[in-house]
Parts: sequence; structure tokens; C-alpha cells
Amino acid sequence: MPLHAHKEALLVLEDGRSFRGESFGAEGETFGEAVFSTGMTGYQETLTDPSYHQQVVIMTAPHVGNTGVNDDDPESKKIWVAGYVVRDPARVSSSWRAERSLDDELRAQSVVGISGIDTRALTRHLRERGAMRVGISTVETDPEVLLKKVLASAEMSGANLSDAVSTQETYVVPAVSTGSTTEGPRFRVAALDLGIKEMTPQRMAERGVEVHVLPATATLEDVLAVNPDGLFYSNGPGDPAATTAQVELLRSALAEGIPYFGICFGNQLFGRALGFGTYKLKYGHRGINQPVMDLTTRKVEVTAHNHGFAVDAPVGEETKTEFGIATVSHVNLNDDCVEGLELKDAETGKLKGFSVQYHPEAAAGPHDAAYLFDRFISLMAKEV
Amino acid sequence: MPKREDIKSVLVIGSGPIVIGQACEFDYSGTQACRVLREEGIRVVLVNSNPATIMTDPEFADATYVEPITPEFVEKVIAKERPDALLATLGGQTALNCAVALDERGILEKYDVELIGASIDAIQRGENREEFKKIVAELGGESAKSVICHSMDDLLAGAEELGYPVVIRPSFTMGGSGSGFAFDEEDLRRLGGAGLAASPTTEVLLEESILGWKEYELEVMRDRKDNSVIVCSIENLDPMGVHTGDSITVAPAMTLTDREYQKLRDLAIGIIRAVGVDTGGCNIQYAVNPVDGRIIVIEMNPRVSRSSALASKATGYPIAKIAAKVAIGYTLDEIENDITAGPNGSTAASFEPTLDYVVVKVPRFAFEKFPGADTTLTTHMKSVGEAMAIGRNFTEALQKALRSLEKPEAVFDWTQEVVELDKPALLEEIKLPTDGRLKRVMDTIRAGATPEEIFESTKIDPWFIDQLYLINEIAQEIIAAPELTADVLRYAKRHGFSDYQLGKMRGMTADVVRGVRHALGIRPVYKTVDTCAAEFAARTPYHYSSYDEETEVAPREKEAVIILGSGPNRIGQGIEFDYSCVHASLALSEAGYETVMVNCNPETVSTDYDTSDRLYFEPLTLEDVLEIVHAEQAAGPVVGVICQLGGQTPLGLAQALKDNGVPIVGTSPEAIHLAEERGAFGRVLHEAGLVAPKHGMATTFNEAREIAAEIGYPVLVRPSYVLGGRGMQIVYDDEALRSYIEAATEVTPDKPVMVDKFVDDAVEIDVDALYDGNELFLGGVMEHIEEAGIHSGDSSCALPPITLGAAEVERIRKATLAIAVGVGVRGLLNIQYALGSDVLYVIEANPRASRTVPFVSKATATPLAKAAARVMLGESIEELRTAGVLPATGDGGALPPHQPIAVKEAVMPFNRFRTPEGKQVDTVLGPEMKSTGEVMGLDSDFGRAFAKSQSGAFGPLPTRGRIFVSMANRDKRTMIFPIKVLADHGFEIFATEGTAEVLRRNGVATRQMRKHSEGVGPDGEKTTVQRILAGEVDLVINTPNGTSNAKSARMDGYEIRTAAVMANIACITTVQGLGAAVQGIEALRRGDIDVRSLQEWRDLVGHHDGGVSAK
Repeated sequence: MPLHAHKEALLVLEDGRSFRGESFGAEGETFGEAVFSTGMTGYQETLTDPSYHQQVVIMTAPHVGNTGVNDDDPESKKIWVAGYVVRDPARVSSSWRAERSLDDELRAQSVVGISGIDTRALTRHLRERGAMRVGISTVETDPEVLLKKVLASAEMSGANLSDAVSTQETYVVPAVSTGSTTEGPRFRVAALDLGIKEMTPQRMAERGVEVHVLPATATLEDVLAVNPDGLFYSNGPGDPAATTAQVELLRSALAEGIPYFGICFGNQLFGRALGFGTYKLKYGHRGINQPVMDLTTRKVEVTAHNHGFAVDAPVGEETKTEFGIATVSHVNLNDDCVEGLELKDAETGKLKGFSVQYHPEAAAGPHDAAYLFDRFISLMAKEV
Repeated sequence: MPKREDIKSVLVIGSGPIVIGQACEFDYSGTQACRVLREEGIRVVLVNSNPATIMTDPEFADATYVEPITPEFVEKVIAKERPDALLATLGGQTALNCAVALDERGILEKYDVELIGASIDAIQRGENREEFKKIVAELGGESAKSVICHSMDDLLAGAEELGYPVVIRPSFTMGGSGSGFAFDEEDLRRLGGAGLAASPTTEVLLEESILGWKEYELEVMRDRKDNSVIVCSIENLDPMGVHTGDSITVAPAMTLTDREYQKLRDLAIGIIRAVGVDTGGCNIQYAVNPVDGRIIVIEMNPRVSRSSALASKATGYPIAKIAAKVAIGYTLDEIENDITAGPNGSTAASFEPTLDYVVVKVPRFAFEKFPGADTTLTTHMKSVGEAMAIGRNFTEALQKALRSLEKPEAVFDWTQEVVELDKPALLEEIKLPTDGRLKRVMDTIRAGATPEEIFESTKIDPWFIDQLYLINEIAQEIIAAPELTADVLRYAKRHGFSDYQLGKMRGMTADVVRGVRHALGIRPVYKTVDTCAAEFAARTPYHYSSYDEETEVAPREKEAVIILGSGPNRIGQGIEFDYSCVHASLALSEAGYETVMVNCNPETVSTDYDTSDRLYFEPLTLEDVLEIVHAEQAAGPVVGVICQLGGQTPLGLAQALKDNGVPIVGTSPEAIHLAEERGAFGRVLHEAGLVAPKHGMATTFNEAREIAAEIGYPVLVRPSYVLGGRGMQIVYDDEALRSYIEAATEVTPDKPVMVDKFVDDAVEIDVDALYDGNELFLGGVMEHIEEAGIHSGDSSCALPPITLGAAEVERIRKATLAIAVGVGVRGLLNIQYALGSDVLYVIEANPRASRTVPFVSKATATPLAKAAARVMLGESIEELRTAGVLPATGDGGALPPHQPIAVKEAVMPFNRFRTPEGKQVDTVLGPEMKSTGEVMGLDSDFGRAFAKSQSGAFGPLPTRGRIFVSMANRDKRTMIFPIKVLADHGFEIFATEGTAEVLRRNGVATRQMRKHSEGVGPDGEKTTVQRILAGEVDLVINTPNGTSNAKSARMDGYEIRTAAVMANIACITTVQGLGAAVQGIEALRRGDIDVRSLQEWRDLVGHHDGGVSAK
């Protein structure tokens, strides 16, 4: 391989800092919000996570693509990231499950990437200056010109992206048989797809739940039509403050007394439904090593994260809401950021709904928080 | 859950002498534990027989017992100190086995001592293979199919069931000792039999072969609230079949998808929970079938391990420190991750480190020390040390790691012509894992092999194979490039090529490459190990180089001193040098300097991120050190570089550093040269009126023969620059001299061979001294117990000297001063003398910290290395006496009355090496150093101290039973009296014909045993060797015959000594050693040997405390 066999590529941040590297994946030009992910495994899951819509993901792990691409691990039907930044992409795929290379996959899905740059320098820059817009180009070589285009691109704050990533049609994920063939599903859940990952309905299905995945535009009637035992809001991209319809839907559902469970975006919207604000984190949490404490048990779980916004709720205090008493159930031990909410009936003290900011479905990530799906089952069974 | 308030004092057990499979990583972990416990206000009682450790410095514990780690001695410590708890999970298998033995004997119960870290039940569950398999199965995991065997019949039946090849794994042995593959019944009988003998429970696990599978390891940490985290994943480049300690390993795992990794993680957490390691760390090993991903759990260590040290250095997560904290009750969320700041100024230890770099560890072997030993790598660990390197990608880390080994032949080399590469032969050769296989794999790639062919031969993962192809492709481009342009250079550097490698490919010197590189402005940047891939700011300047864009070295105001460490452990250069480097760092930090440590050995205390103000985890080559100096000079003022404390590695860099304008602190490179170059040193001696044994230098056999004829046989031959006596040999005739010269490949006019008169029957003396340009401080005068001719590193010695009088010490003092002045020493100096026929010969002088500095420091309660560091930076001995660093009066040559006798004993790795035919390598000592470690016995008289040293090194000397004696003719006269004493103490004496005859004539009742060469007797009488192997002998005394004796006699000696090693009984091979053993046995029989801490000794003797406290 001769030196620089790859085409050159240029990365420019909205504050003007630029990096020169090599083209990786598709050629062309792309823009988005620059975020970094610190997971050392699970690039396929990351790429296909709809929450990364309109984001350019920088991998802090230097070697990416080593295990190639298979058809089992994606979390949705396509790659969602707007652009991909890695230091040392693999030249061969090594896994008994690999079906093709990551480079080929990115090309096939027209995802523009850049490799060979100092990803740590870029990460440190984003850590110090905060997440910002970025452009990658294999056609434009002048940083000044590319910078102008970056400044003209869309910002993440205020963006409502749920509709873009959501399913257009309702579909059902059947409960996985628990061994007994005569039994039907234990529960039925209406899951609002705000950018849902495939592992989420699967984790519920494994527990005997039939999951009806509804489009983000679903109404209360659509939800009630499922006759659900519980309502679920998924993860997803965008600014929770720019989302109103789903917040209203959630408020109506809570008023109806439907048990609720939310993940990630679903946590932020739960927060807003309960009257809390949300805010943009300086550079977000994206990785699979975040320590979160469950404030009720004081146990720590290592969790998968992908969020740029957080709920602004008081830790250690009860908040009276029209639906009951809300408390912060989980916090991040790194920055004390709210990682979970709980709503209890003001009179009975019974759990009515809960949500977490992180990803108990993992994929990628540790399985420490899988118990939350059991908690949802208990909630629907009225055991808690 | 905060700290437990019911634990007021903790007994910590260390790991004893450095042996293969258990090296200084346990000093690192034990030192961290002691620090943590003391910070928590807990009284720390420490037992460790190894004086070369940092942990046994008196300031790291409240009561430091340099005593043998045997249940008998540890019980004495417990009875005296009455600790509340025992922490045994940080001292390797030695400490764990000792804790189990204490529990079995009811001692823990008797004294109400709680085992913390891991309970006895957890230890048993983790180490008992049947129970462990059950646990794995309950978690839905798989173990290799296996059969537990307690006898040879079990083994044979088991192999029948599993089918060959089978793996043999003895239970409860350290470093996989006794493990191996049996491909047929003969292998099975041999290895299986040895395995049954090696296991303290006579238990061997026979297992299905998973040779060639991918191998992984996870490091887990758990607290008493069941919070568990994975600290690090490690992937072995060498697939299953090679012990992890002997494999090239990579962190993090490189070829797992998240799904597979999470399966390993779930199993790991399930296992640590089920085994019940409630408070501490453990590691779990897995094999993964590359064809279908089937996962097999291999084993777990319910304690901190060698891999834990590697994982700590690889991630920045201090496993031992955290393990100690959770052992006393803290939960992970309550413990601060002090390497990482986080948005609130701190982060908790309850997270999983993530890496934005690649770490590669490569093992270092010492096969050249054990001629005849089988160099094939197996599941039985053989490496003596390791180097670790960090890079921003695998190729950079790998090439840095290979050059960190300091073996020129280890780095990839493209200068050989490709036509010499025979692909089919190479593909065959690389099937067998050996030291240096990776380079042969590269040669095979150069020979035109395809990746598939390489995989077929080696089963190395295709991703790693491709990385090797990448390196080769870059090399080919470099060779083909019309000129060394900035682009080519940058590309090569990004993938780890050194200036030296580039120079070789381009036909220029490394200096020229460096010049070009600097002219083009191509220099490395320094990144930071921060546990979090830059998500948060790092608080600790723990750096590694990379040819990337942005550097993270912070500017500083204070003057910095750069200390060069000693690199990978090897025989002759081990933990002792790390000890001196760490001490220098602590002392200079106290003296107000900013200390900067450079080293590449992950097992050490020096590479702990909080030992020095800054740490560079980098190879110790000229190129790498010059770049660090440049980076630090750009950051602030640099006083200089210390090359004197890390052994031969940094010493060898001193001149070149100075030539490149780097200030060297302490003894100048010119002075180093003066001491090391024999001609120049001869002039120094001549001017001082001192004599060296007659010697000469030769570059051919004829020259050597002439010199030998002039000075007379026996002569000692050796290369001019030596480390640990490499290549030294005593030769008695022309023929032996000829074969030595012919075998020595590196004899060139600038690397001549030294031919010295061998001073027979002389007392050998080792001296460590400190010189400030004006005053000499004699650190210690050590008298060797064995006669001269055995390498000083392998000899046992006593301090104060047991037979030298004041007048002799005075002569030594004067000679040492004269040499210090003549050479121009500023700092430490080590001299070896031989005293024969009242002539004091100077054998050699090393103007650097020696292997004995820690021993001398402990024995005399004087921090020699700390004082040396301050002398190097300009303080005088007088000032240090005033400052309380050195005693106000006197020195190691003028010790106060009541000074205890300290005996140092060396520990040999003979049990690790076998010939390709499976025979043990010989155990005879000579001028070539072979020991891996040492212990110290400390007591009021020589006999007791010697007895302790033997207990610590090999196990207690016998106090009753059978002794087998076989002496060389020249020793028969001297043996009579000591053997008679032993017989009087009730020992039964056995001997072969000649020796028995002499003993009987002298009135010692002796029974005759058959020589090995005589074979089994007519009535089935066993031979000596058979009796030893059958455990019918308690002590072997065998002095080797000289070279002139018949071959059969020599072979008998070999068989006897190796049988003693296999039977794990003491084997004395010198008459001086016999004398010492008799004194030791008498002391043991009196039964009054007690234990006393270093602190008590210090108070008793009335020494100061060294004045410098632990950081």
C-alpha cells in the first residue's frame, strides 16, 4: 500500500479548529454536531443507534472496525450517524460473525468519515469547548471554505428530530415464548418510537411482553387502542425542550393512570411532563462505562450512555406534581447529573412510572441495569 | 458503607523472594496496600522475607518483619502482634498459600484473626477446580472438559476419556508451575507425575486441549455491597497454549464485538460473586474458539495477580490500592479515582476505565543463562520479566514494547536478504511458540507467506497478523523510498519504527536519522493515561509518547530531575534497581525537586503513577530518553538525568546522553568508563597501590591461551562489559578455553574477552559505598559464605562480615576510598574484593547502585539510595549526617554493638527449566548469575540468621532425618567435622562409596547408598537418586567434581542435584555452605529462634530512622 493511498479528508469545527486526515467510508461532505463516544466495543451498535441522528461521532478508541460488520448487531435498519471519525480503521475484519468490512458498510450507506487524525486532541477540544457543529469533507480542501459551510449548518439545540427517525407504521414485537405454549403474552406495552433501538423491545419480549411500537406521532387514542398494560418512551435524538406533542401525550397517559417507563429521551420527556426543565450538557455522556447510583439501594451500576441533554430536577428532594410525588432515583457519580426519575402516587406511595437517562437495554454496553425491565414488569403487575 | 471501625491492625503478607511467576508486581501491590492502610490510621504489620522490596522499608509499615513466609514464623508474628485482620490477597500465591496453611492449623482462629480480602471459602472455591467448574456451569458458562486426578492411574484413565493431547494443571501451584501438554502416554507419565508431586494437595487437573483458541483475561474488582467493575480486558496475541506470563498481551481486547465482550463480562461478575471474593480484585481467564465463538472459562485467581499490575499500569486504575480499601470496608463509590478529575474535581472508583490507546506487554526470557533448557513456550511460565509499552495504535505500541526489551535481536529487522528466507521452513518453525517467534513470523511474511498460511501455522488472530503485514508494508516502502521525506518519516514513526530501525533500512546511523527527523520538526508528543479516554481532565501526569498532533506535557516552575529506571526484569537486573530509583525519587521530591521517572516495566513501584511527580512509561533507549529530556526541557528547568540507579541499562546510556548535551547527575560518564574499561581501571588500581588478579584481554583464542599460560590456570573468562556475569566461566585448561572463545560470538576488537586469574579458596567481599568527592561512607561490607568463583548475585553473604576483623575492614575502607577517588565517583560505588592468602584483590568496581543496596540499607537501617540521590545533586555526606539521612557517626563499616547479623540468600529458578527431553537443567552455581531473587535472614547470631535465610529461600533446614553426602575429593578433608556434628545431632548419614569410606574411617556411622551410575542393586536396592525422589532423604550435600574427573561422576552429581530440586529438599553444593548449614541446624534444634521487626532492631541498636518518610 503506497503512502496516502486514501484520499485526503478535512475536518473543521465551528470554532475554526481543523484536522487533516484520510477519507474513510464514503467520499463527500457531511455536517452535524460533533460528539465523542468512549466505548471500546460496540461500534456497530453505535452507528445504528438512531439517537446519533445528525451527529458526527468521534471514536476515542483508536482501532475501529476490527470485527467487521455482521447483520445481528445493528440496533436499527441503517446507520444513523451523520459522519464518523476514527484514528486507525481496520484493514481486515476478524470475527467468525463478520460478513463484510466496516469501510465497505460505510460506503454502501454513504456515510462520510475521516481517519488518521488525532482523535484525542479533538476529544479534549470538545471537552473543553463543548459539543459544537462540525464538517467533514473529501472534496473541500480549504478549511476557511468548509468553516463557512459548518456555520451555515443546523444546530442541535432546538432541533426536533423524533419524526425523522421514528417508524412510520406501528409494528408488533411478539413476546418470546417462556416455555409454556398455552400462555399468551404476560403484558402488552405501547412503545413510542422516538428513535428506538432494536434491543429495547427485545428485552421486554424476553420477559413475556408483547410490544407495540408506535410512530412518534401517535396520539392518546392510538395508545389506548393497543389496550396497553404500560406505556414506554424510547431513546431518540434532538432537544427535549423542542418536543411538545409527546410531552402532552405522556401527561394524558399519566392522567389515565397508565404505568410508564422511559429510557433516555423518554426520561427527559418524563421530566418535562412532570414539570421539570431540561438543559444541554456541555459535551454529553457517550460511552459504556458510566457509574450510576440507584439512590434507593445505593448500589452502583456501570451503564451505557448516549445523551447530550439532561433533566434539571432536585436530588434528594420530593417534588409534588399533579400526577404524584416525583423524585430523582438515579444519579451519575461522575457529574451528579440526574439519571433517573420516579413517580409515586401521593396517597398510596405506589409506583406509577419511572425512567432512566441511560440504556438498560445496553447494546452496546454492560448488562448491569437490565433489572429495570423487571421493574417495569413489576410495575405493570402492580407489585410495586 | 464506610471503613470498618473494628479493624485496628492488619497483618499484610508479602510474596517473598522474586521467582519466575511471582516477581516485583507483588512489591508494587503490597506497597500500595501498606500505604493505603496506614493512611487510614490502621496499624500495619508486614511479613516479607525479601529485603529488596520497597514494602519492607521501615517507613511503609508500623512493624516490618523480614522473616520467612512460613506458617511457623508468621504464627510467631501473629502471637506477638495480635493483628485484628490478615490481608493475604496482595502477596501472590505465596501469601495466599500461607493464609490457607494458617487457617488449616487453626492459628487464625486461635488468635482471632479475620482473613480479609477473600475468605478461605472463596479461596477454596476459586482454586479448587471441581468447585470452580460447578460455579461456572451454574452461571451458564462452560469449562474445558476435564478430569480431576490424584494418582497416575487416574491420569491414565482420564487421558483415555479426553483423548490426546491433554493439558496437565497441578492444583495450588504458582505461575502455572508444573503445567504442560501431554501428546502421548510418555509425556503424561512424566509431566503428570511431576504435577502430582508439585501440587501441595497431590491434585492434577487433566483437561481437553484448547490449543490455538483466542485467549482473554478480565480484571474484576468487587466491594462488599456487590458493586463490581471490570478494570481491564487483556487479549493474548499468542493463542492458547502459551502461559499468559509468557505471551505477548494486548489491552484492551482487540478482536471482540460488544456482544462477546459482554458475555465475558457477565461471566466475570457472576464468577466473582459466586466464588465470594467480597472485597477485592481477581482475574478470570477465558478461551474463545475462533471458529464459532464458544467460550470456555479457564481459571480465576481470587487475588491480585501479575495481570493486575499490568492492568493497573495499562489503565491507570490502581487495583491494589482499591483492593486494600475495599478490604477494610469501603465501597467503590466511596473511593476516589485519584488519577481523573471529573467535572466536580473528582470521580469515583466505581466505573470502568476506557482506553484511547493500545498497550502491549512482551515477556523477557533468560534462556541464555540455562544452557540446554527447552526454549519452547508452554503453559509453564518461563519468562523472568516483561516490558510494557503504550502507543496510540497497536503497531506503535508493539514496536515500542519490542525495543523496550533491550535485546537488539528482538526488534523487527529488514536488513537480511529476502532470498535467505525459506518460507516452508519458516512456516514450520513458527508453529512452535518460542522466545522471538513474532520476529520469525515477520520473517515468514517477508518470505512471501500469505496471512492464511501464517494463521494456519500460528493461530494468531488474523487482525494481529494484518498488523504485522502493515508493519512490513511500511518497511518495504521505507526501503524503496527515493529519500527519507517528512511524509515517509512521519508515517514510519506513527507505526512505531525507531530511528535505529530506520537507519538500518536506509544504511545510515540512528544519529543521522534523528538529525534528519529533528530538522524536519518530527518529534513525538506526549499523551496522558487518564482512565477515561479524555472525557475528563487528568490530574496525574502519567505520559506516553506517540507520533500524534497534540502534546499534553504541562509547563512547570520547579527544577526537575529525570530518573532512568532499569527496564524489564532479567537475571542480574531486577527489583533491587527499582528500589534504588524509587528511593531517589522520594528523596529528591523531599529535597524540593520535581521528579520525573522513565521506565517500561509494569511490575514495578517506580511505574506507579504516584511514586514520582511525573511518569513517562517509555522504552529506555537513547532515542526515547532524548525525546523525553527535550519535552521536559521545554516544560521547565531540568537539572539533569540520573543514570546511576537503574543498573546497567541507564548506565549504558550515560555517555551518549552526555554527548547529546544532556546533563548527567552524579558520577560522570567518563568516570563510569574508567571503572568499566579494564585497562583504564588497571591504571587507577596501580596508582592506588591496589592489585587486581592478574589479567589480560584477548580477541582470539591464541591471545587468550598466551595470557592463560602466563597467569596460570584456572582462569576466569568473560566479556568486557558484563551484566550479572553474563558469559562468565571458570576454565581449567586450553581445551575449555578454546570452546569458550569459539562459542562467544561477540568477540571483536572493540569487545574483547577478559581473562582473569581465578583466585581459588579466597573469601569474596562485596562493598557498597557512597562518596561525595570528599568523604567516604562505607554502606556495608558483606562477606560471601561461598568461596570466590560463584557469582556475587548467587552467593549467600553476611553483614556485618562474620569472620573479618577490624583491621581487614579498615584495609577495605582504604581501598574503597582510593578507588572512589581514582574513578571520580559522586554517589554510589560497589566493589567486589577477594581476600586470599592475605592479599586483597580488587575483582571489579561498579560506579552505580548495586544489587545489594536494598539489602545493605535494610541490614544497617540506613537509606543508602536516598542519600546517594542527594549526594548526586550536590549535598555532602556531612550535610546528610546533619540532616539525619545518614547516621550522625559511624557507617556500615563501623556498626554499633548489638548489630544483628543479616544473611542474604539467593533463590534459583531451576525448577522452571527442563531440557527438550524433559530433564531438569543442572543446578550448579558458577560465575554466571542464575538467581532471580533473594531473601534476608536477620537475627542476633549467624546460625539463626542463616537458618532463617534458608527457611525463607527454600524451606526450613531439617532438624532430624536422613542426610545424603557425596563430596568431591578436594572437599573430603573439610567435610569430616561438620558431618560428624550432624551425626552427633542424630541425623542418619548416607553416602556413596568413596565418601562413606572416609567418614567411617573418621568414626562417623555412615550407610552406603548406590550411585546413580551403578543402577538398581541385585536385590532391588534403590539408587541415591531414586531414594531422593521417593522422599527418603531430608538433606543433600553434594559438592561438584572439577572438570578433570570422570564423566560418570559429573553425571551422578547432576542427577543428585536435580533430584533434590524435584523433591524440593535443600541441596548444599559447597563446603562453606555446609558449615553455615550446620550452624543453622544447631540454631533450629535449640528451638529459640524468635521474630523481631526492623523497627525493634533499630530501637535496640540505636540507629536513626533514616529521616525520610513515605510519600
